[in-house]
Amino acid sequence: MTGRYKSYLAGAAALLAPGFAQAGEGAVADEWKWMTFAVFGGIIALTMYITWWAAKRVHSTSEFYAAGRSVSGFQNGWAIAGDYLSAASFLGIAGLIALYGYDGFMYSVGFLVAYITVLLVIAEPCRNIGKYTLGDILAFRNNPKAAKTIAAISTITVSIFYLTAQMVGGGVLIKTLIGIDYEVSVMGVGVLMLAYVVFGGMVATTWVQIVKAILLVIASLVMVALVWAPYGFSLPGFLDHAVHDEGIQKQVAKLLGTAAANMTPEELGQRFLEPGLFLKNPIDQISLGMALVLGTAGLPHILMRFFTVPNAQEARKSVVWAMVIIGGFYVLTLFLGLGAALHVGPADIVALDKGGNMAAPILAQYLGGGADSMMGNFFLAFVAAVAFATIVAVVAGLVLASASAMAHDIYVGVIRGDHATPDEQVKAARVASVIVGIVAIVIGIAAKGQNVAHLVGMAFAVAASGNLPAVLLTLYWKRCNTGGVVLGMLVGSFSAIALVMVSPNLTYPQAVIKEAKAVLEGTPAKDAVPAKASEGFVCELFAVCQNAEAAKPAVEAKPGAVEKLAKLNEKIATLRDPAELDKAKADAGKLEKDIKKAQDDLKKFEGQTTNLVGIEKPFFRLKNPGIISIPLGFLMVIVGSLLFRDKRAEDMWDELYVRQNTGIHAEGVVAH
Amino acid sequence: MASPQPDWAAIDQDPRFQALHKKKSSFLWGLMVFSIVYYFLLPFGAAYFQDLFKVKVWGPLNVGLLFALSEFVVAWVIAAVYARRANREFDAMAAEITRDAHNIKGSK
Repeated sequence: MTGRYKSYLAGAAALLAPGFAQAGEGAVADEWKWMTFAVFGGIIALTMYITWWAAKRVHSTSEFYAAGRSVSGFQNGWAIAGDYLSAASFLGIAGLIALYGYDGFMYSVGFLVAYITVLLVIAEPCRNIGKYTLGDILAFRNNPKAAKTIAAISTITVSIFYLTAQMVGGGVLIKTLIGIDYEVSVMGVGVLMLAYVVFGGMVATTWVQIVKAILLVIASLVMVALVWAPYGFSLPGFLDHAVHDEGIQKQVAKLLGTAAANMTPEELGQRFLEPGLFLKNPIDQISLGMALVLGTAGLPHILMRFFTVPNAQEARKSVVWAMVIIGGFYVLTLFLGLGAALHVGPADIVALDKGGNMAAPILAQYLGGGADSMMGNFFLAFVAAVAFATIVAVVAGLVLASASAMAHDIYVGVIRGDHATPDEQVKAARVASVIVGIVAIVIGIAAKGQNVAHLVGMAFAVAASGNLPAVLLTLYWKRCNTGGVVLGMLVGSFSAIALVMVSPNLTYPQAVIKEAKAVLEGTPAKDAVPAKASEGFVCELFAVCQNAEAAKPAVEAKPGAVEKLAKLNEKIATLRDPAELDKAKADAGKLEKDIKKAQDDLKKFEGQTTNLVGIEKPFFRLKNPGIISIPLGFLMVIVGSLLFRDKRAEDMWDELYVRQNTGIHAEGVVAH
Repeated sequence: MASPQPDWAAIDQDPRFQALHKKKSSFLWGLMVFSIVYYFLLPFGAAYFQDLFKVKVWGPLNVGLLFALSEFVVAWVIAAVYARRANREFDAMAAEITRDAHNIKGSK
């Protein structure tokens, strides 16, 4: 048995090797690439050893889905942190803080506060009544087949959204960092994650997540110590340097535009520590907050982690530990982000990646001694490897959640009517993992170059609008039943998805064409426009009537990049001073890049007026649907429950309520 | 598990379970409401009380940043308060009901 696994694992490693050989461009200089590969190789070898060790311990369904329920609360706390701290939060939030200051940090707060809901009302009851999946929780008192089917559909939907964002983001990131081809890194992530899940099940997934969380915390602590030490670990001292930093002041001036005209440099710097540079729409902000705080408690891959501990007390302990680790990490993002803004500068961060995702890795390179130093490149390699481990660990958790929905809920629960032998169940789980893994790789490659930024938000919104109302009301509302759960999950999830599909998150060809033309040809002078009053609250949400618009000052005409480049080239011909010449040539290079991008955009969207859902401009004005879809989800569970009668849901209430509060008959540890 | 099913309805009616239910419900939902209100003060404040958030308290450290940092502290305190109460009180009450589960029978 073991020998077979070993050869499979060796095969998986061999598949990855050619990808690393064909490295080309990237943030790491060629002479230091060997070090990057050494660090990557070390981390991959470690996770492969874990998988080999775990594979010997995974025989039964309970071991495959729930690690035999023998993970301790402390270990599970680390694993939850490893499952939850995705590349989006590690790289994305540090980047947002580096570019927009205060507003980026507001995301960090929401991601931690979400765990209060998990701790107080979700983790322990779910552990007490559930077995492996979201479907098990909902099937306890509702019609099992209906509940498992809808829960499985929702689990797979949420996980695929989340997973696609991770795969695409990961592929782009690895390419930017070390120059491995996008397709190769997507396949690399896919093959590794498949190896963990298929051979090691939840045991390997758990330990890969724990290792990754520890690496992430170590990397962040070292970086923050290096960032903060020069200021004697004084918070005001550190912030004071940020306020007086020229790069940060310039970034604020750029973000504020004409409003910055009368501000002193110090006021500009201070503005970086104040809200409103990124999140400009208050209703959107509240809508985002709702999805973050309520969505986490409905994420299937997070719920699934509570079945790996022996009992409700350990589930509680694991959330408390997760809150300590996740909260501590998110406090550090403030220093990582501001540190990157201070040392690397927002302009250079944007030059590498528009979304700011490269802020943390480039900060690491700077802290180690810069782009030409060995330590600098070692730090960069380490952070890049941690980011890679992050993607793999999160994706493994998502694949396991989808596979359990497919195999345990649909195949065993619905198709076989819960009559499957233990061997058949484990086999089904492995087959489902392979299917989901291959689907993930295919989607990851197919979605190359797509705008996937809205997908993580969509996953949270669906979890908050579909899953959470159904779980919460099943657990706490006596009258809740199958009708409500099915109606609520359908309407909640679909409304969240539909609203995002018509929101400003998607790409709209006309807007892209207009912007590209503005870059190429410049913009004419515009007169000042007075402020417009809102015609009502609905108008703030939907583009059916006038929403509130701030006054716009008059704008002078701006020349296009083509014109600017022509002038610059004339100037270059006359320049003699080498320093000036270099600067002018660099500027010309930037202009050429802008022109190329604008021309590519024009070519890509030529003749198109509507986007992929067939509309010309956003119908829904917010980026986050939560403010509508979450109340709608709750309302539909209530309406559905009141409209339908379900004897079983009523009869089971006493048992459910007693069991979720006492843990009587809860699924126990597997005896060896 | 061959143990017979306990009489769930009778346990639900048992005064000890009712006491646990009452204590837990009011405590949990109280904490829940408090944490939600406290959290949403942040986006509300950032959107509608920017002047307050901009007030500098300690060097460049302003009310907004301090408030955002306080969200972390409050989340940790809520977790600690809940865990302490649950470990000391709720667990013992639940354990007693569990031990006695098969002796609790309805009057029917």
